[in-house]
Formats: sequence, C-alpha cells, structure tokens
Amino acid sequence: MSTASVPLPNWITYGLMPFLNLVVAFLISGVVVWFIGESPLEAVKLLLQGALGNGEGIGFTLYYATNFIFTGLSVAVAYHAGLFNIGSEGQAYVGGLGAALASLALDHYVPWYVTMPFAVIGAAIFGAAWALIPAWLQAKRGSHIVITTIMFNFIGAAMMVYLLVHVLIVPGKMAPETRVFLEGGQLPKLDWLIAMFGGKIGAAPFNVSFLIALFMCVVVWALIWRTKFGYEIRTLGASPTAAIYAGIPYVKTVILTMLISGGLAGMMALNPVLGASARLQVEFVGGAGFVGIAVSLMGRSHPIGIVLAAILFGVLYQGGDALSFDMPKITRDMIVVIQGLVVLFAGALEYMFRPAIVRVWQRFGKA
Amino acid sequence: MSPSPTVAPAIELIGIDKKFGAVHANKNINLTVAKGSIHGIIGENGAGKSTLMSILYGFYQADGGAIRINGKDTVIHDSQAAITAGIGMVHQHFMLVENFSVLENVILGVEGGALLGRGVSDARSALKRLEADYGLEVDPDAIIEELPVGLQQRVEILKALYRGAEILILDEPTGVLTPAEADHLFRILGVLRDQGKTIILITHKLREIMAITDTVSVMRRGEMVATRQTSGTTVEELAELMVGRRVLLRVEKGPAAPSDVVLSVRNLTVKDGRGVTMVDNVSFDVRAGEVVGIAGVAGNGQSELLEAITGIRKPASGEIFIHGQSVTGLDAARLRTLGLGHIPEDRHHMGLVLGFEESENSILGYHREGRYGRGPLLDLDACRDDAKAKIEKYDIRPPNCRLKTANFSGGNQQKIVVAREIEHDPALLVVGQPTRGVDIGAIEFIHRRLIAMRDAGKAVLLVSVELDEIRSLSDRILVMFAGHVVGEKTPDTGEQTLGLMMAGIAA
Ligand SMILES: Nc1ncnc2c1ncn2[C@@H]1O[C@H](COP(=O)(O)OP(=O)(O)OP(=O)(O)O)[C@@H](O)[C@H]1O
Ligand SMILES: [Mg+2]
Repeated sequence: MSTASVPLPNWITYGLMPFLNLVVAFLISGVVVWFIGESPLEAVKLLLQGALGNGEGIGFTLYYATNFIFTGLSVAVAYHAGLFNIGSEGQAYVGGLGAALASLALDHYVPWYVTMPFAVIGAAIFGAAWALIPAWLQAKRGSHIVITTIMFNFIGAAMMVYLLVHVLIVPGKMAPETRVFLEGGQLPKLDWLIAMFGGKIGAAPFNVSFLIALFMCVVVWALIWRTKFGYEIRTLGASPTAAIYAGIPYVKTVILTMLISGGLAGMMALNPVLGASARLQVEFVGGAGFVGIAVSLMGRSHPIGIVLAAILFGVLYQGGDALSFDMPKITRDMIVVIQGLVVLFAGALEYMFRPAIVRVWQRFGKA
Repeated sequence: MSPSPTVAPAIELIGIDKKFGAVHANKNINLTVAKGSIHGIIGENGAGKSTLMSILYGFYQADGGAIRINGKDTVIHDSQAAITAGIGMVHQHFMLVENFSVLENVILGVEGGALLGRGVSDARSALKRLEADYGLEVDPDAIIEELPVGLQQRVEILKALYRGAEILILDEPTGVLTPAEADHLFRILGVLRDQGKTIILITHKLREIMAITDTVSVMRRGEMVATRQTSGTTVEELAELMVGRRVLLRVEKGPAAPSDVVLSVRNLTVKDGRGVTMVDNVSFDVRAGEVVGIAGVAGNGQSELLEAITGIRKPASGEIFIHGQSVTGLDAARLRTLGLGHIPEDRHHMGLVLGFEESENSILGYHREGRYGRGPLLDLDACRDDAKAKIEKYDIRPPNCRLKTANFSGGNQQKIVVAREIEHDPALLVVGQPTRGVDIGAIEFIHRRLIAMRDAGKAVLLVSVELDEIRSLSDRILVMFAGHVVGEKTPDTGEQTLGLMMAGIAA
C-alpha cells in the first residue's frame, strides 16, 4: 500500500498539482527551445504576448478555447459514467453537417438569432447520432467504446469528405466546401465583449458560440450534480455493481450519456462553421476533439476546470501560432511538441507528483 | 505463555494523537504490547481502532506522540518503513490484486530484480516453508478472485510474513469468515504466537477476544479507556467498558404472528457467472410478520439466492412472487417500487458508492422517488435533511452527511446501508450479513430494528454466516447446502444439529 489513498486538501489536488504539472511541462519545453538555440524566456514572452497581448490575440485564444470547452464537456460527461469517449472528434465533424444544414436552409429567410437554435439543435442531433452506434454496441454487445468511437472518427471523416466533394460542393467550384452562409446563417462576432475591456477584435473569429459554450457548462454542471439522471451517471461511473444494486438501467444510461456526450461534441461545430468561416469545410475540427480529452482530464471533468483548461490550451494554440511566426526556428511542429508535453504532464501524468506532495504534506502541512 | 519481563515490549505507543478535521479520532493514546503475545483491541464503530493501527503501519501520520518498536524509538512515515520495522498488516478490506495468482500477490512489490524468474522460484520455496511452519495452506497458483475469503485472508497473512513481519496487525479478520474459517485462523495465530510473533487483533466479537487474546484494550470515542488481562475479565465487563452502559447480549422478542405470504420462491435455479449451478430448484415462502433465516456455510448458494430475489442476477429457471405477483427477472428498481428492501452482503461493492457523500448514499436505489426532488431534478437539501434524520436515528458517527463515505469507519458504513433500507419501510426486507463489522451496541440496535420490522408485519429474509445471529433472530431456519435447502428447523434447534446439516451430513 502506498500514498495513493491518503487524503489531501482540495487546494492541493485541484490547485497545486495541476500548477506543478504545468510548470514542469513548461520547464521541459524551455529546455527544448534552448536546445535549438533560442531564448526560452523570450519564447514565453512572445507566446503570452501573442495569446493575451492584445484584443485580437485574446479573441483568437478564446475562439480556440470555445472549441475545447465543447469537446472537453463532451469527454467529461461520458467520463462521469465511466465511459471513455475518444470519438468527440468525429462527433464534432458530423455535428458540423447538422449545423450547416440549418444555416443553408434558413439563412435566406430569417436573422441569425432565429437560425441559431436550429443550428444548435441540428449540430447536437447529428453529433449525438454519430455517438449512437458506438453507445449501442457498448451497451448491448459490450464492444469497447474506446475502439468503436475511434473507428467512427475515421468513418465520419470519410463520410464528410464524400459529402463535401460530391454532394454539398458548390457546382463549378474546386474547394470541397458548402456555399458561404448569408448573415442569417452566421453567428455574430463578440467584438463588443472584447471592446468592453478596451481591446479590438481585429480578424479574430471570436463569436457567440463562446456564450453558448459557457451556457452549456452550466447545463452540464446541473445535469451531473443536480439531476437524478446525473446521479445515475455518477453511480454507474463510480461503481457499476452499486448501479446494478440500485436498479440503474445500464443500457439506457450508457446510451443516453453517450448521446449527450456526442451532442456536446457536435455543438463544437457551431464555432468554426457558423462563427468563423461561415461555411462547412473539410477537416474543420482540426484535432479539437482530441484536445478535449486532455482538457477534460486536466479540468478533472468539472465545468470550471474545463473552462480553465480550455483557455490554457487556447493560449497554447494562439500563442504557439504567434511564436512560430516570430521565431522561425520554432516551427509549428515544435508547438505541437509543447502542447504534447502539457497533455502528457497535465493529463496522463497528473498524479506523478502526488506521492512526493503527500510526503511533504504529512511532514510539514499540518504544523 | 507469559512473556518474560526483561524483554522490551514489541510495541509502545506513547501519546498518539490524530485528528481528521473536526473528528478527533485518537486522543493521547498509550498502548504497550508485550512481545510474543496476542493483544486484542475492541471498541465501538468509529472509536479509532483502525486509525490507530494505520498510524502504526505508517498509512497515516500521527499529529503527536511517539512509537517505540522493541524498545527503540521508530519513525514510521510510510508503510515501507513499517515493513522494515517488522510490522505487517492484514486490512479490514483486503488489498489484493484480484486477477493475480497467490504467488504474484505475495511477491508484489518485493519481486527482487527486474526479471521475475529468480524471485518467483525463491518465493515459491519461501511460501512452501511458511505453509509448513504455520499451517497456512493455500495453492500458490490459484487466482485470488476464485478463492473464498478465508483463503484470501490467508494470502494477506502470507504476504506479511513473506516480508519478514514479526508484528502482525489484523483488523477485523473474522468479519468475513465462517466460524470454521475463523477457528482455523485462530489456530494459525496461536502457532504464530508460540513462535514468538506479536499479534494485534481488532474484533467486535468478544467471544474471540476471550478465546484467543492474552491482553485486551478497550477504546471509546478516540480514547483508550482500559486494558485488562483477558483471564481476569468477562464478556459483560468488556461490553460495558466499550459502550459505557450495560448491553443486552441476547435478542428479546415475543412469538411471531405470521400472516399472508409476501415472498414466494418456486423451483428457483440460479447459476453463477461461470455457469455453475449455485441454487438448485429451491422453493420456500416468507410470510408477513416472520423472520426466515437461511443458515449455511458461505458459498453454498445463499449469495446467489439473495441476488436472484433482489434483482441483481437473473435466475436460470423458476419463479419468484411478491404478494402473489410474479417478479422473476425484474430489476432492482422495479422491485423496490413493489416493496423490496435489500441490505446486501457486500456493502462496499453493492450497498455504497464509497466516493459519494454520505447523503448521496442514503438515497441510493430510492433516488427516483418524488421526495428527493421534483421530476428529473435532484433536491440536495431534501436528500441531506433525509440523511441527517437517519444519522440521528441510527447514531451514525461522525454525524456529518457531507463526509465522503469512504471516510466513515466500517461499522458506520454498514449503518448507513441499514438505515436506508429499513427507513424506506419495505414490505419485504432481504438482509445479508446485517451486522458484519458492526459493534455490539449497534448489533443490539440493528437486531431490535429487524425484530420491530417483523412485529410491524413485514416479511424478513435473513442470510448470515453467524449461526448465533440466525438462531436468535429467526422464527424459522432453512439450512442450505450445495445449492439445496436441506431442511427447515425451529430456532431452538441445537447448534450441533444445524452444524451437521450445514456440512451436508444430516438432514
Ligand atoms: N480519512 C478520514 N477522513 C476523515 N475522517 C476519518 C478518516 N478516517 C477515519 N475517520 C474518522 O475517524 C474516526 C475513527 O475511525 P476508525 O476507522 O479508526 O474507527 P474504527 O474504530 O476502526 O471503527 P470500526 O469498528 O467501525 O471499523 C471515525 O469517526 C471516522 O469517521
Ligand atoms: Mg475499523
């Protein structure tokens, strides 16, 4: 037996430990930067400046964060039921179809705020649908959800490319994408929000989806901790045998949870499709589904943690772009390595320092 | 055999103090354990026994006080240090890797080098030696989850001895054992003592204290209130020291007044996960106003029978009726709405979610009821008020419904389950091992509640490996052996007769 079950105060578990992990990830990244002959301090400065230094940077950072909030919530909901949904990527991709169809159908006739609810529902339904078969296979057949959702990422990607190249493409055009939505099919920018803090949004695609994401954080929090179904989800995740004892129906709970998870992933599509590019394009998800796994892990599957972790990854994405622009030696790939380190330390190795912290805490913490 | 006075005591605890937030679990505890003796520790649920032992084993750090091992001041900051100091522990809840073999579990953490080869063969011969020395037979290649609990426990003891333990701490080792398994354990402990090992034994069963210990210490509400030579004390004195008042060690009940049949089981056959028939064509009735006890050695189908009746396992054939309505194959949620209450045998895997707050566990299985929130919503205030009422009524300690369930002592966890199931006032209460790990004061209380249920016209089906419990609570006793009900007896049947039936020898 070891230190694993020694209780620690919350501020250590939820504050100090993620912070230490982050510091280590950055220290190692710093060493890498130093190795290729750049100054780590300079790099950090550039990164932070690019991400948070002006209104446009912040706009981009929050734009990325919006994606990650949706996918992070998606992973978290499934995780509470003990399900590891690796398929947020594919669910978001297919969700884009639902969102785009709503915009294509309505943008001629109504203003954006009428289209929005339809797009939200469309995205959620399509994303949920893409989670349905893996959920059903897990619930009824015991096929492992990790495997099936990964497979569905590939199937989803192939299907979307087919649809965009053969069905949704604008006749006579080369690019595999839908037509550009009119204003009635777009989500407006949140320039006023940035302006409130004295910044200028510039070209940043920061849009209303961010507010939808925050709203969904509240919804997910209430679902998990304030509803009977959420109670059942948590029971199933924490103790499958206790769930049987309590008569919590396994099949129904697994399928419904995955539908909700898929729906949240699908809603991520609102941000790039309706908010940024105003059309459906291939590969618009760009890995956000996978980042969602790290965000959910790091955020300890709690909406507040997820928002913070999503902003952190937003900073890394936007700041990384800026950094590779200003320091050509630091390529896009290097940025991916740094993001990978953060995922590694904050997600996969989240408990690495726990034994040491426990020892220090036991010796000095209570004095 | 009495240890010679010149030898330093094996263990001295001096002024040990430990707080968990507001809970003062150990208050300035002094304890001396002589080398080569068996020292019992008793006390109510939550008295701080496990905490004290966890401090000795380096699992918790004391806030104050000192530990002396064999006369030497010793700092035990983790379990590794405890092992180095020659201390081994068998926990209240086993710490074995379920799908590993016995041998693999024994060498876990002390494999000796990166390659397994040498270590494994060394361990194998070491195990053989331990087996021979102490009568600890167990097949080294058996998989843990396929072993009965009695043998799993033996593996825990082997693990400790393999690591060179001279001092062995056993925390409620007999809670999960059948009487025969317990006897075997005590023989082993006797041999260990005779070979000079020191043993600390925590138990709620005073009979065991009287039978095997040399000295006994009593804890109450975090304090060490008394230490006695076992030969110079009585069960009554110990009970009083523990609880602080006189305890009725017998159940008082009037004659039963059975009326309508509530539960009816017909030709029930149940198979376990591997397809082995565990319950074979069993039929019986339980009437309102009676307690029917099922006696039997663990593993003779009682668990599977309970699981089938409570909707946890689908029966292979046969039928179950509640109030004449067929309920065969319904899930636990439906059964609850039909008036079933279920105190499961295994509270950790079934009855509780250890990571939940106490209040969340006090609604488990009943969470869909309107009183815990309108429609789909969960009303936390309602849950907590409800939990507080049960805490008060059942004297669950500490009285804090927001505390994580894992942080309650074993006996108090059991009370959480018992309170939940009895308070929902079921027409049929199915009970497995209701007093496992529960102190004598609480046993008295739970027994009274069960009898009160009966007297209020409820049907109670009771499974327990404690023959005493079955005999003192039941109005009728069914004896199970190898999946069959081999006979029905009245509660005044002698222990001998029942014992023979349970062994499949007489009917
Ligand atoms: N990690 C913890 N956090 C908070 N409280 C704790 C923790 N561990 C134990 N306690 C509390 O300390 C007290 C003593 O618990 P302990 O487990 O030592 O009791 P015990 O004497 O072993 O009881 P039992 O006979 O029921 O096993 C209890 O009130 C318990 O709730
Ligand atoms: Mg205990």
